Amino acid sequence: MKTKLLALALGTAALATVNTSASAATLDDVKAKGFMQCGVSTGVPGFAFTDDAGDWQGFDPALCRAVAAAIFGDPKAVKFTPTTGKTRFTALASGEVDMLARNTTETFSRDVDLKFTFAPVNYYDGQGFMVRKSLGVTSALNLDGATICIQTGTTTELNLADYFRANNMKYEPVPIETNAEAQEKYLANACDVYTTDASGLAATRAAFEKPDDHVLLPEIISKEPLAPLSRHGDDQWADIIKWTLNALINAEELGVTAANADDMKANSKLPAVRRLLGAEGDFGTKLGLGNDWSINAIKAGGNYGEIFEKYIGPKTAIGLERGLNRLWNKGGILYAAPLR
Amino acid sequence: MADTQNNNSLLYISTKELPQLPAPVNTHGPGAWMRMNMFANGRDTFLTIVFSILVIAVLYKLIPWLITNAVFFADSIRQCREIDTGACFAVVTTRFNQLIFGFYPPDFYWRPILTFILMFVAFAPILHDNLPRKLLWFSALFPLLAYFLLWGGPIWGPLLIPVMLALAVLVYKSVSASLNPSLGVLAAVAFTVVWFFLVHDTMSETLASAMPIGLEPVESAKFGGFLVTFVIGVTGIVASLPIGIALALGRKSDMAVVKMICVGFIEFIRGVPLITLLFVASTLLNYFLPPGTTFDLILRVIIMVTLFAAAYMAEVIRGGLAALPRGQYEAADALGLTYWQSTRLIVLPQALKISIPGIVNTFIGLFKDTTLVSIVGILDPIGIMQPIRSTTEWNGIIWELPIFIGLVFFICCFVMSRYSMYFERKLDTGHRN
Repeated sequence: MKTKLLALALGTAALATVNTSASAATLDDVKAKGFMQCGVSTGVPGFAFTDDAGDWQGFDPALCRAVAAAIFGDPKAVKFTPTTGKTRFTALASGEVDMLARNTTETFSRDVDLKFTFAPVNYYDGQGFMVRKSLGVTSALNLDGATICIQTGTTTELNLADYFRANNMKYEPVPIETNAEAQEKYLANACDVYTTDASGLAATRAAFEKPDDHVLLPEIISKEPLAPLSRHGDDQWADIIKWTLNALINAEELGVTAANADDMKANSKLPAVRRLLGAEGDFGTKLGLGNDWSINAIKAGGNYGEIFEKYIGPKTAIGLERGLNRLWNKGGILYAAPLR
Repeated sequence: MADTQNNNSLLYISTKELPQLPAPVNTHGPGAWMRMNMFANGRDTFLTIVFSILVIAVLYKLIPWLITNAVFFADSIRQCREIDTGACFAVVTTRFNQLIFGFYPPDFYWRPILTFILMFVAFAPILHDNLPRKLLWFSALFPLLAYFLLWGGPIWGPLLIPVMLALAVLVYKSVSASLNPSLGVLAAVAFTVVWFFLVHDTMSETLASAMPIGLEPVESAKFGGFLVTFVIGVTGIVASLPIGIALALGRKSDMAVVKMICVGFIEFIRGVPLITLLFVASTLLNYFLPPGTTFDLILRVIIMVTLFAAAYMAEVIRGGLAALPRGQYEAADALGLTYWQSTRLIVLPQALKISIPGIVNTFIGLFKDTTLVSIVGILDPIGIMQPIRSTTEWNGIIWELPIFIGLVFFICCFVMSRYSMYFERKLDTGHRN
């Protein structure tokens, strides 16, 4: 009796949750739902984590909020789905999430073969090395014969093998599963070197009891352009993500912040600022949004620089330098297409 | 001999039984126990000393870190390190609600708590036979109640299920009375299917719009922490036993098709790792379902975990069925009992009793296996560690969260194991050879 009921209860729940809306344009679906579903990672320091209240915070969720604000004028109109490295692409492809902002490296196969559309890069990362200062190592080229903690089944594993082979060096890999395990192994002297994305290394180092005992080596051995992505074949939706991100980067370039956006919109004489904030032109309507889309996105969490400073910048516990992620006119390679 | 008996003046003959003296000091008490068990001979003494030193060395290192120097209240790992050198259990106290409820809205914490308490009420009549049998009705209705409390929404959806079942019974009775019983079963099943797929949703929606009674809905994405463990674990445990029994009986059945289906199901599920099934649930199903369809992830996972446990359960129970002496089956046949009567009255009560250790073993395994769901992005206690450790406040925490989670799991599994031992003793009717 009990099982019958239970099975039926489960069945009802199944039916109740099956939502058979036809997949039209993503924007229409999102507008109909009243919120956007954003895929984030299950936790990367500074990039995605949950606060005390259980809300998702970080560099990646901030972008989701900006896109939600651009669409609905409300940065809270977004729901987050934590995805793992293995489930992220199916979650996006199957429509479980509308966009993915999850430390995903843009590669040929993901773009072409898996059929996704990448927005511009929002964080330029690369694989680096961390060693104990006491070892006296100053360059990755001194690492011949070292034991190295490395996450299994990632591109970092392949990059490492490539790098050591190219430089005729040997190493002994210590396979690990998660960043937390790596911290523990590295601190327990199970490996001399820990290698992963430089941003992850900096965050890990910052969490150590004595960060100054450890150094990041200057060599960056791979390119990891991290970018948000959406499904192939819905250009309007991809444009919204792309131009929301571009608007945030342009806002930093033009000195527009969350605090002064309203003021700039009313008083600025600069044509570029007026276009960016929707005081001139009708870029929003062309995207299928309101003309206040960009100003809403900027007011959601600030411009690109503000988001960076808030979650991962030098003043946070993560303490990442801007480095490559400076604007093009400040020595970096962040170069957003103009709104015109 | 005769001398002593006649001589009454001898005072040392006792006229009554002397009270027993305590055993000699060297045969009881901790001292004697230690001498007998730990220092009985040279080898024992050596091993005792070596292991005592090991245990003391470990405790000497562990106790300060784990207890005396541990920090239980702080705002971040840096503050913990400033306060003391031990473990930083402040992460557990700060994020306690998240570890237990995940992202369930704090205003509604009473709902899972109430469900948890009612769960014991529902289990009580099943686990203790001296309670009023009427309580079993509550147990039968509990899954619907729990679903309603946890997920919320209008009350009409869950409420219509008993109505449907009652109607299905009515259909069965009327058809089997006028035509024949097997047609009755078919009619009842057909009725249930039609009701379920065509009538149920529209009817509950109409009722909901007419009389909006219900609780604020909470979506599955908000479930996390031990709430997920219990939802998946308990549902799996409760549902896998009957399914397992059915499969085990089906496997021993004389009907070729039934037997083939059961064997095929059991062997297929047992041949595939649970992880694979979870990936099928979380990713592959999405490709089969029409695009845009979202089918609750927790529900998919519950179904997979239940099926997985049911296959193992079936084999455990088949072991119990096989252990039953042939004579029991023959005696049941000789009494003229039908298949269902003999199964219900003679075979199953004995087979299940024999299988208790195996059944509880499967339960405990299932309960612990629920942590695998973290791999498909469900934030169960193991899964929720990752986002907690990624916050700037707690980045660098390593052992404290797994220790806490391990402790809770240990308590749950230990209680289950103890209860099963009690249950075995209670049901032991001395039929062992």
